[in-house]
Amino acid sequence: MQRYIVKRLGSLLFSLLVASVVIFVVIEIAPGDPAAFMLGINAQPDTLAALRAELGLDAPKIQRYFAWIGGMLSGDFGTSYTYRTPVSDMVADRIAVSIPLAVFALLLSVLIAIPAGILAAAKRNKSADLAVLGATQMGVAVPNFWFAMMLVLVFAIKWRWFPAGGFPGWEDGLWPAIRALTLPAIALALPQAAILTRVMRSALLDVLGEDYMRTARAKGLSRRQTLWRHGLRNAMIPVLTIVGLQFSFLFAGTIIIEQVFYLPGLGRLIFQSISNRDLIVVESVVMLVVFGVIVINFVVDLAYAAVDPRLRDRT
Amino acid sequence: MTMLQIDNLCLDIHGTEILHDISLSVGPGEILAVTGESGSGKSLTALAALQLLPQGATMRGQITLADRPLSDLTEAELCARRGRDIGMVFQEPMTALNPVQTIGAQVAETVRQHHHISRRAARLRAEETLVRVGLSPDRCPPDRYPHQLSGGQRQRVVIAIAIVLGPQVLVADEPTTALDVTTQAQILQLLARLAREDGMGLMLITHDLAVVAQHADRIAVMRHGAIVETGTARAVLSNPQHAYTQSLLRAATRRVELPPRTATTPLLSVQNLSRSYRMPRRRLLESPQLVQAVHDVSFDIQRGERVGLVGESGCGKSTLTRAILGLEPLQSGRVTLAGTAISPDKHVIRAARRHMQVVFQDPFGSFNPRHKVRRLICEPLHLLDTAPSENERNRMVDEALFDVGLTSSDADRYIHEFSGGQRQRIAIARALLIKPDLVIFDEAVSALDVSVRRRILDLIALLSSRHGLTYLFISHDLSVVRSVTDRVMVMQAGKIVEEGSTHNVFTNPRHPYTRKLVAAVPHLDTTELPH
Repeated sequence: MQRYIVKRLGSLLFSLLVASVVIFVVIEIAPGDPAAFMLGINAQPDTLAALRAELGLDAPKIQRYFAWIGGMLSGDFGTSYTYRTPVSDMVADRIAVSIPLAVFALLLSVLIAIPAGILAAAKRNKSADLAVLGATQMGVAVPNFWFAMMLVLVFAIKWRWFPAGGFPGWEDGLWPAIRALTLPAIALALPQAAILTRVMRSALLDVLGEDYMRTARAKGLSRRQTLWRHGLRNAMIPVLTIVGLQFSFLFAGTIIIEQVFYLPGLGRLIFQSISNRDLIVVESVVMLVVFGVIVINFVVDLAYAAVDPRLRDRT
Repeated sequence: MTMLQIDNLCLDIHGTEILHDISLSVGPGEILAVTGESGSGKSLTALAALQLLPQGATMRGQITLADRPLSDLTEAELCARRGRDIGMVFQEPMTALNPVQTIGAQVAETVRQHHHISRRAARLRAEETLVRVGLSPDRCPPDRYPHQLSGGQRQRVVIAIAIVLGPQVLVADEPTTALDVTTQAQILQLLARLAREDGMGLMLITHDLAVVAQHADRIAVMRHGAIVETGTARAVLSNPQHAYTQSLLRAATRRVELPPRTATTPLLSVQNLSRSYRMPRRRLLESPQLVQAVHDVSFDIQRGERVGLVGESGCGKSTLTRAILGLEPLQSGRVTLAGTAISPDKHVIRAARRHMQVVFQDPFGSFNPRHKVRRLICEPLHLLDTAPSENERNRMVDEALFDVGLTSSDADRYIHEFSGGQRQRIAIARALLIKPDLVIFDEAVSALDVSVRRRILDLIALLSSRHGLTYLFISHDLSVVRSVTDRVMVMQAGKIVEEGSTHNVFTNPRHPYTRKLVAAVPHLDTTELPH
């Protein structure tokens, strides 16, 4: 087990190193002069020179890489060229929206998918199964922004239970913030839940056919006990993979939903800074997102080992 | 008094009649063997005794467990009996245990399912039972997971799960078919001992008559879902009444007639072959252990010679086979086939395949299900430098199919339309298509029923006399190797410990390990039967 964790940690650090080099090379070195790119073709020579000095572009590339990494490690992400504010402050504001939203959506997705998947597998080919499968078909096919608009129409405009958009921040208390995130989280969760339900159902069906389920029945366990005690944990392995992927997506890939609900999240920050050619922000935020995704994968790997003892002995 | 009584059991699955009019009984401490080929309905009879039938099955007749008809019971009452009054052991120990629970927990679960006792007390009971089935805590502690155990150990755990509450009846469905010969003998002894000690009725299902001969009190022979003969073991084996029983006995005892060996020029030569593997480190800073899978093995095979290689699972047979096939990098030593050194190099392997073909164990996994038999058989033709014309190719396929007892019309069918034995014939046809110098049979009959196996061995003997085959026959089953080889090598822990003419090695084994293997082979000797 120790060895497994150390190996996974090693692979985490290696992935981070490779990702940072790739991001640095692509953004700072590859397309010529970042300063000229940021200012556009009509830039004055002296403004350009000033920006180059500000960005430290005169220093050797290796030194710039280490300065960038060192800054990030100490919490200094540079200063946004467009907004003239520290990138770390901007990111902190956005993360306060993006992470709770991702967690909220993932929680909903899991809370819907696991029971629905179990129900469908337990009632295979009966009406409950067909209903669940039909619903997941819809969930996969319909894009989440359409769900978002429908939710706004019904719950925000008609019944006025939730706000239609915007985010009040966490300073005004927990409840208004959660209310503001509820509709976006549901819109994000529905398609994810549809996929996860299908994975849960097929994983459980595979497990139900295993020999050890028959052994469990021969011990005197009822069908239901067999499913809960022996089926679920074995079926969780493929489900965990998908949960990990979904969290990675929800962390930074929610730009359309942020746009629909006018939420100041990470996705919109990346989009805006790319539009503004604010490479300093892009570079740091992308690195941060990569960091988040890699850490999530690490956590998923640990969860695998917790579920499946065979993994602890391997590698 | 009977523990389990089955009267006039009939069973339909989706309207197809599978079992008709089965009547059986098992008394306390009695061992009833139910035998017959696969598909004869043995396993379904066993599942019926536990009322764990597949979906769509409808049952008539009566099953009585400890004087109470099962048909009177609700599902909840049935659950209360399964595991407590009747236990079951399954064929495949590798998959019968939950991979994410410790073995101790899985045994204790049976206890806690039926008795309201503390976790601790259940664990203690489980530990005692594990010791009883031969898994002492110092060698195999209860906090192990199934993947850390060998097949034989896992089967012991499955047995512990079934007997922990001292059931009146134990149903064992092919409990040793997946195990090698010494493990098989140990497991059978264990089951017989438990039955006698606890006065537990044992219903032992097997396709191999020799397996049951030594232990059974009574034998029931099944065919096509019905019982064709039943009686005391002694009576059935020494004086079988039904023609089918007689043919089963013949299949289990008859020897294959091998043609005499012809020329003697060296074909395959293995010299000082060694291969070791690094085991995964158990602790972070511990140096990894080396396992010597094959240790300094040397032997030759002459042209026209039929050589057997036997040993238990894990003895290094597979590694040695892979090295001969060029699938394994050699750490030291040399393998030459007809004068050419074999190595994992792509071109060398391709050239070697022209002279050497393999028939594998699993007749279900070794064919692409999407291709017709013609294409499957033609696969080795790409090894030839000049591809034969289509007519030539069809003629070769027809000939090859005819050789193995199939017809040319079989070439246009898909592999799922064939039985296990037929598939193995197709595999042999494929291997022989390009007339290789050496054929390797890698556990080629281990997955087959006794009588199907016998027919395949007859076929190998027939092809030997027709084409003068040279082969290396690898198996854990000594009785098989005995019947189709001239010379045999016995492998233990990576080394060849004994080698000699098949007759000598089997009648007069010198090495203690060979003696142990030969002694473990179940054999049909009707003079030694219990009365």
